Amino acid sequence: MFDYLTYVREGNFPHIWCSGCGHGIVLKSFIRAIDKLGIHRDEAVMVSGIGCSSRTAGYVDINTLHTTHGRAIAFATGVKFANPKLHVIVVTGDGDATAIGGNHYIHAARRNIDLTVLIYNNYIYGMTGGQVSPTTPRGARASTSPFGNIEPPFNISGLASAAGASFVARGDVYHAQKLEKLITQAIQKKGFSVVEVLSPCPTAYGRRNRMASPVTLMEWLRDNCIPVKKYEKMSEEERSGKIRTGVLIDIEKPEFTEEYRKLVDSMQVRG
Amino acid sequence: MAEGQPASKELAIIRVNVEWCKGCEICVAFCPKDVLEMEGGKVTVARLEECTKCMLCELRCPDFAITVE
Repeated sequence: MFDYLTYVREGNFPHIWCSGCGHGIVLKSFIRAIDKLGIHRDEAVMVSGIGCSSRTAGYVDINTLHTTHGRAIAFATGVKFANPKLHVIVVTGDGDATAIGGNHYIHAARRNIDLTVLIYNNYIYGMTGGQVSPTTPRGARASTSPFGNIEPPFNISGLASAAGASFVARGDVYHAQKLEKLITQAIQKKGFSVVEVLSPCPTAYGRRNRMASPVTLMEWLRDNCIPVKKYEKMSEEERSGKIRTGVLIDIEKPEFTEEYRKLVDSMQVRG
Repeated sequence: MAEGQPASKELAIIRVNVEWCKGCEICVAFCPKDVLEMEGGKVTVARLEECTKCMLCELRCPDFAITVE
């Protein structure tokens, strides 16, 4: 048994997430990760925006900051800049991070500031009634695309890689032990680190897309999330409809707060 | 924690917080030994003696509602 309760604000439970929502599994994976890393709650700050995913900050008993829609990364940048010793973790969703917060997302990646960003990707705006999001797959139904979405989706991980993030991974809530490892690696990494987590929304997405049952959504993740090494060995045909999971990018590059510190130090030497 | 772990001689202690359980059935569906069942919209322990303490139910419960010792 893992003692999750020492890391949560028990008075706020049961949480608001719907039956079968994967977000609780992400929270648990995060808790196990910080426990294994031995990070004291005073050394960690969780910053969230708006949406179902962002409610995570209300449940975990570390320093938390629940901010405005799309701006979690901007607030987190301020926190990290003020005290670079802190582990700053952003929890956000596909809508929060890649629609209204898309600009913050790509520019934080470009700067390579040492933040860990957990993006709960459920392909939909769950909290506000199932509107189409930037990651809703083509053909999928949402309340605002009742006949099927005609827009191609953003690739959240690809976006971070292209913008310059030093660590990018993708996990899912069915493979929860692997998810914990990816979150652990992301927290340890110095630089902008993203973990895109596929976390199903039975209520707003599943019901409209013939996957109303949480179990069906979990089976879908089990069958379609393929580890990077296995994916690389698959033919183009076999890859169709499959999702690559694991560490996608892990590179070394100068980190923003350290570069800033160096600049300040060089100015002080000059007097 | 892997599936197919040999059964321990001691019976597991499975605790369900029915106040927090939302009846998603994830634990029931993915238990490799069919230990759990649904009853009145909540999970219940039906075959405790089959439990191998693989912990997969605890791992995947989104509601922090089931623990295995």
